[in-house]
Amino acid sequence: MKTMIDLFQLEFIQNAFFAGIMLSLVLAVISFFVILRRLSFISVGVAHSAFGGVALGMLLGISPTLSAIGFAFIVSNAISYIGGKKNLSTDTAIGIFFSLAMALGVIFIGLSDRYNVDLFGYLFGNILAITRQDLIIIAILGCVVLISIFLVFKELLFIAYDRDVALISGIPVAFLDHFFLSLLSLSVVISMKVVGIILVSALLVIPGAAASLLTNRYPSMILVAVSIAVISTIGGLLISYFADLASGATIVVLASLIFFMAFAVSQLKKK
Amino acid sequence: MTEPKIDIGTEQFPLVDIDDVWVRYNGKWVLKSIYLQCFSGKILGIVGPNGGGKTTLLNVILGTVHPNKGSVKLFGHPPNKNSRLDIGYLPQISHADRSFPVTVIDVVLMGLYNKIGLLHRVNRKSKAEAMALLEKVNMSEQAQMIFGTLSGGQQQRVNIARALASKPKLLILDEPSTGIDSVAQEDFYELLVTLRDEQNMAVIMVSHDIGVITSHADQIACLNTQIHYHGRPDIALPPDIQQKIFGRNLHIMIHDDKCLTCFKRHENHD
Repeated sequence: MKTMIDLFQLEFIQNAFFAGIMLSLVLAVISFFVILRRLSFISVGVAHSAFGGVALGMLLGISPTLSAIGFAFIVSNAISYIGGKKNLSTDTAIGIFFSLAMALGVIFIGLSDRYNVDLFGYLFGNILAITRQDLIIIAILGCVVLISIFLVFKELLFIAYDRDVALISGIPVAFLDHFFLSLLSLSVVISMKVVGIILVSALLVIPGAAASLLTNRYPSMILVAVSIAVISTIGGLLISYFADLASGATIVVLASLIFFMAFAVSQLKKK
Repeated sequence: MTEPKIDIGTEQFPLVDIDDVWVRYNGKWVLKSIYLQCFSGKILGIVGPNGGGKTTLLNVILGTVHPNKGSVKLFGHPPNKNSRLDIGYLPQISHADRSFPVTVIDVVLMGLYNKIGLLHRVNRKSKAEAMALLEKVNMSEQAQMIFGTLSGGQQQRVNIARALASKPKLLILDEPSTGIDSVAQEDFYELLVTLRDEQNMAVIMVSHDIGVITSHADQIACLNTQIHYHGRPDIALPPDIQQKIFGRNLHIMIHDDKCLTCFKRHENHD
């Protein structure tokens, strides 16, 4: 029996670690562009909109992951479409869709007669909920995000640097905007179970933000962002396991501490 | 539109041909009845006060703003995605992005991205091409520096190198002298003149700074919602020819360095 428990714990630890490393890579690379393009608020909005999707999945009895992907896709692209119109700022569009998706989520949960204990896990993350099946989904979708970013990296960098000139020089800016937001949505959804919908936005911002304070060349900025994300995620998982704390919250607190240290270092460098 | 058009100073085919263009924004006309032509091997300076429609006019030429009325021809056709590829564009220098993590050569390489193609990586050949462009603007020594650490004048030279990457027929510059000291400005305009002469390139630059434009442009247009077109700085055309060239909505006047007439007009329009 003891061996069985040890084995189970080993698999659980394996799942947690592999999922953590994969998510760190994905979220760090996405956060690099979130920071360069000043998309922090949109990433928060997209993350929260996944809640509506999860609730819909629970109401309909389908996979919350699938419905959350669909919901986040629609919301992120709607924000981009409506925010790109004259007389409306992206900020306004985010403010509206963010709360609309959350409101729909609350209504869907109210309509569902089954009380689902998983909901808390989706909101704040629960490493105990990571199964082998989840790990496979995280690995596959994580690779999809990373390969996609790799393939259009130079164009995304150009758009982040100078959108107008990119457009005039023939880069398909509108398509890549939607494409990037779709990748952002996918990253949010695969991170739900580990860090949670509410907390994932921190990891979409902090690694890139801290890296931008420490280096001014983009290859090293990506490396630093990935390192910060891996240290926060793996460190956070270990601390949360041994101290019996919530995993998602511990990861975010650790990432925030690293950010404050990076901020202090950057201020000292200036002097 | 049956009114005959006369090319100013040249018989060449106009690269840009704007014919009675009107643009409305939020219920207000920002451009009214604009006629403008631009030719190879000429620098056209467009001056006017802030809010006079300069940037809108550039966007009309680039095809990113569609006129409510009138026609625009870029290289003989309405502007589209392909015609835009023959334009090198220099936006205003933005000081907000000084910390953007790219080197000088990264910036020039961006100009080659469309040629390299989506899904393809930057290779050694593209890097050599970017270095050659940097040499042309005398900035190859700074290739590995962070772009944001350069002075305003150096940044503009690098932006020129990026704009030249697509081998454009037309170079468009939006407020090119913003944030550049006067010595660097002289060097910068000398570079423009060299490009005009060596590559027979057409250059359109807009600025609110009339002194800068008058000393370097071959033709000048003065814009404040409408265009008050000037030819060469020192030539006044007889009234009947003015009427023929510019139609009822354009007014030509003798232009001098101070251009007092022109600025009085602007004040009246405001």
